[in-house]
Amino acid sequence: MNTPCTAEDLVRIYGKLRLIRRAEEEIANVYPTDKIKSPVHLSIGQEAVSVGVCDVLRPDDVIAPTYRCHAAYLAKGGDLNAMLAELYGKDAGCARGKGGSMHLVDPRNYILGASAVVGTTIPIAAGYALALKREGRGRAVVAFFGDGGTEEGVFYETLNFAALHRLPALFVCENNFYAIHTPIEKRWATRQLCERVRSFGIPARLIENSDVFEIRQHAAESIAAIRSGNGPVFLEIHTYRWREHVGPGEDYDAGYRSRDELRRWQDHDPVAVVGALLDPSVREKIDSDIEASIAAAFRFAEDAAWPASGELFAHVYAD
Amino acid sequence: MLNDRPHNGGRLLRYVDALREAVAQEMERDPRVFVFGLDVDDHKAIQGSTLGLQAQFGRDRVFNTPLSEDAMTGVGIGAAMAGLRPIHVHIRMDFLMLCMNQLVNMAAKAHYMYGGAFRIPLVVRSMIGKSWGQGAQHSQGLHAMFMHVPGLKVVAPSNAYDAKGCMIAAIRDDNPVIFVEHRLLYPMEAYVPEAPYAVEFGRARVCTRGNDITIVGISNMLIECLRAQELLSEEGVHAEVIDPISLTPLDAATIAESAIRTGRLLVVDTAWTACGASAEILARVAEAAGGDRPIAMARMGFAPTTCPPSPVLEAEFYPNPATIAAKAYSMARQDAPAWTPKPERAALSRDRPDVRFRGPF
Repeated sequence: MNTPCTAEDLVRIYGKLRLIRRAEEEIANVYPTDKIKSPVHLSIGQEAVSVGVCDVLRPDDVIAPTYRCHAAYLAKGGDLNAMLAELYGKDAGCARGKGGSMHLVDPRNYILGASAVVGTTIPIAAGYALALKREGRGRAVVAFFGDGGTEEGVFYETLNFAALHRLPALFVCENNFYAIHTPIEKRWATRQLCERVRSFGIPARLIENSDVFEIRQHAAESIAAIRSGNGPVFLEIHTYRWREHVGPGEDYDAGYRSRDELRRWQDHDPVAVVGALLDPSVREKIDSDIEASIAAAFRFAEDAAWPASGELFAHVYAD
Repeated sequence: MLNDRPHNGGRLLRYVDALREAVAQEMERDPRVFVFGLDVDDHKAIQGSTLGLQAQFGRDRVFNTPLSEDAMTGVGIGAAMAGLRPIHVHIRMDFLMLCMNQLVNMAAKAHYMYGGAFRIPLVVRSMIGKSWGQGAQHSQGLHAMFMHVPGLKVVAPSNAYDAKGCMIAAIRDDNPVIFVEHRLLYPMEAYVPEAPYAVEFGRARVCTRGNDITIVGISNMLIECLRAQELLSEEGVHAEVIDPISLTPLDAATIAESAIRTGRLLVVDTAWTACGASAEILARVAEAAGGDRPIAMARMGFAPTTCPPSPVLEAEFYPNPATIAAKAYSMARQDAPAWTPKPERAALSRDRPDVRFRGPF
């Protein structure tokens, strides 16, 4: 079964990939001015995972992203103005300046807040899925996490519980091969992650080429199975982080990975690959609209008001 | 005293039954409430506190879990974010150490760090064990760890009336509430109204009036303090015994007002004293008192060691009515010779059964 990709789909998918790439490049450009008051973990290079998966979701499906959450937030429809205002620490931020880059959130688009503690949102996604199962309207939750997240005990605890209760959850491992700077070879006894997951009775699939259409295809099949009540599905998607773990720059001179490794991924950069499928005039229009919206979003963030001083104590407890 | 007189036509009910009644009434009222945790639906039903709930409300709303305390806490938080109102049950407080990441980094933080986007109406029940060889890892009172973290509420009702009212308040609260129970309180009876009611958090109860010394007792230590108060009154020392009921929020004003008046404050906790609830209460009263008149202060709690199972050692680990009364007497009668009640008179109470239980749990 092929998930059809119409001209309209192509425009939408390219638009998301390009928006995320360019927004983050601008974040990196602005970062040295110190106007952004938040540690940023850029998704540049990994956009296809968020875009491919979120493209097959309904607006009322739910995602639980990682602290590297800009891509998933934007892919699921999160507002760019509110995201940048959050990075600037402004009251108009998506978390009112109380979360920052690592805790983007948007309840109207069903984006559960991200966590800076690796693995922490995996069971939270399952808890939300438990509520959706009871609701019985066919909604699904997607839990995103990295290869490092699969090393936390809570990952296996959650897989067991989700399989036991046949929860409507798609588990997506964005395997970029590094936990901060430590390569997977120093962390994993074996590379058979999908086999480990299958032992819980959960269908698991490895996607090695980070092709946005293949990701989208498998996500669509997975979500269809989940909606029909078959329980959770797992996708391991290989991808690559082009920039440093945290911050705006590159770190290929640090010695823990090579620029050759980067080039192998850049050779099939999903933004370029998908962009090449579009008519140049169509692409130009998309690109210029994106540049305008990014420029407007930075202006919005710069001009937005700081939180009032009483906000320090607001929201410690819900009224 | 709550168990000396009926409240609003209430009947005598055990603490454990008051807990169960509160949960059942709230589940009846609000279909979003559900109960989960290891062994909530087995034949022992958490010492009876969840007995019959699954039969009444079904397997979707009352269910057993894998141990997986870390993930199960996250599941509770996620379900709460989706609009449900989970009650996560732990048969011992020691097991909450497996939940700390979720409780401290997510439950406590989510409402704030997501700018109010999500509420976490989660109740975490846990029981402090004592006696019959509970030992190092079934006896800990770790409530102060949760008092340290903004965003969590912590309640420790000492009697069946407050157990029901606090449980109902906790379930209706839109914040995570750490609900501290004590194993030895489970069989103790108090007058409990049948109709649902909430006991407001942040309001201490003055249990006995007195002008010689203020004694604050936390959880089951309140019961031991009340027995000490009886013994002290026979010696002419009149203690004002206060039950804080909730530790976060803490009604420091009521305790401070009393301590300023009596000039003496003894806080007795069912936990260690270092960085504990007793330390916090003394600090808050010291700050509130403002130095007009010095207040003699002391605290009692677990001995600063690991709880041993051997009964001889275990007996020395805990404060008891005799040690509490002797300490309070020494504070109130500084110039008098030391006094300690006779051991046979220092049992918990003349008119209450000895609540020491006999195993296995």
